[in-house]
Amino acid sequence: MSDRGTWPGVGALILTQVRHQVRLFLRVPIGLFFTIALPLIMLVVFNAVFGDSTVASPAGEWPTRQFYTGALAAFTAVSATYTNLANTVPVRREEGILKRWRSTPLPVPVLILGQMLGALVVAVLGALLLLIVGVLAYGLEVDAAALPNALLTFIVGVLSFAALGMAISSAVSSADSAPAVANATILPLAFISNIFIPLEDPPRWLDLLGDVFPLKPFAESFQASFHPIDPATTPDASALAVVALWGVLGAVAAVRTFRFDPTPGSVSSGRRRQRGRQRST
Amino acid sequence: MSAITVENLVVEYGDLRAVDRLDLDIASGEVYALLGENGAGKTSTIEVLEGLRTRTSGSVRVLGHDPADASRDLRDRIGIVLQSTGVERQITVAEAVALYGAVYRRPRPVGEVLELVGLGDRAEARCGTLSGGQRRRLDLALGIVGSPELLFLDEPTTGFDPSARRRAWELVDALRSDGMTVVLTTHYLDEAEHLADRVGVMSAGRLIVEGTPADLQRRSGRTLVSFRCGGGKDELAAATRLAETLGNRVRLVDGRIELLTAEVTAALHALTSWAVEQRVDIDSWSVAQPSLEQVFLDLVGGAEGE
Repeated sequence: MSDRGTWPGVGALILTQVRHQVRLFLRVPIGLFFTIALPLIMLVVFNAVFGDSTVASPAGEWPTRQFYTGALAAFTAVSATYTNLANTVPVRREEGILKRWRSTPLPVPVLILGQMLGALVVAVLGALLLLIVGVLAYGLEVDAAALPNALLTFIVGVLSFAALGMAISSAVSSADSAPAVANATILPLAFISNIFIPLEDPPRWLDLLGDVFPLKPFAESFQASFHPIDPATTPDASALAVVALWGVLGAVAAVRTFRFDPTPGSVSSGRRRQRGRQRST
Repeated sequence: MSAITVENLVVEYGDLRAVDRLDLDIASGEVYALLGENGAGKTSTIEVLEGLRTRTSGSVRVLGHDPADASRDLRDRIGIVLQSTGVERQITVAEAVALYGAVYRRPRPVGEVLELVGLGDRAEARCGTLSGGQRRRLDLALGIVGSPELLFLDEPTTGFDPSARRRAWELVDALRSDGMTVVLTTHYLDEAEHLADRVGVMSAGRLIVEGTPADLQRRSGRTLVSFRCGGGKDELAAATRLAETLGNRVRLVDGRIELLTAEVTAALHALTSWAVEQRVDIDSWSVAQPSLEQVFLDLVGGAEGE
């Protein structure tokens, strides 16, 4: 109806949602710790322990510190997107926050996109912080020619992991089990994806297993842009294809399974059961 | 002009029929209260009208839209205060009102909304730190921030203390004088009486009585008399038979006989006379306003008898 004036623009709506999501993230100390502080602590500890050793690669030996910074920056990005969304979306569903948004005229795609882009902004901030600390404290060498490739790989990676986070959030049955599901999926994957400890001569099957999932291709191709001797200036097409394929699958699953209401039997539907009981007394 | 028209609405959950062939017509500018016990189908009905629940069958028009289409225009023109919605705990009250207001075509100024619901002094508090009553007021604030033409209030004052309830009523009165249509559900008969132009009572998914609060009051204008009857089974049966001639909804609850009657003095006189004559001991008399549940039972029973 014309007398109600004009709609807020889509760009403004998205921007408001992204700002809101980032603000929420910055106000949750536990999320800040695990996503931003923990990888920084790992960077410091790993460098203190393994700092002087080197890692063999086809292009030659490279210092471990150079190895860790890229891998941990990639892991930060995954924490900010996948782990973050897998943890927060079920809570929002269970507390009726998604249901409230659904009762407003905010278009549903903007609501979903806002959560994903908010996570993406946090991922960029977290990864940047790690790289800056890497450059300043540990002499990480950044080749400007490799930066566009690093950026492209990073964007494909965080979008894919954000989509996967949205998808897994629908599979979580209650907010209580969300952290367990998020960690049980991402941590074992991190170990076989050379995030924490570079596996030297892993068994072939473990190597292949890592290649099939998106974390290792993402972390390795991101790292490759920070290779001290031969930084990758063009994307590793097959690695990026694996990451993007997972992202597309995640996006399709997320769109098909997204729910506003908690599933029956989860904690917040207990109120209805309780009211039913009151009636029978 | 009708704000809401419902014909033959049915909502089923598996085998359970929560709403059973409901007809409803609510005029623009009207304040309509839907009463009923838990499980009567109020919330299911309201959620269908809000577009938050899928109906099994029937036709529904809300402000000219089918709510099942989830049209953005409709969501802009209605406000919804549910019991089962939360708000992000980490943002402040003022931030929440601004955030949710920003998605509407005609948002009300934050300060004005907070004053209306009585949260002006909590504007900078994090939503997660609010008390239960304050949370309900924030729900109200978020329900009206988009200047709705039609406002749904699902048990808006549950958990309020008397003064907070009074303020909520004043708010609804103020909204009504702005021409807003309001549909509310409530457990409290006095709330419906105070606020509503018309009241509908639901039971087992059907609308069993509808009318102005005065109508409803007249129909439920009875007093609950209850007593314990001494003696054995025979005396109890005789007292029950007598009670049935004096009022209706006679039932035995924990050994006490209960009846609803419009003529209390006559009923008490008949019962005491009978007790004296029969030398039956009657004790622990109670004469009271029937509870809402008993009024409902009376109305439900009346509807079933018709």
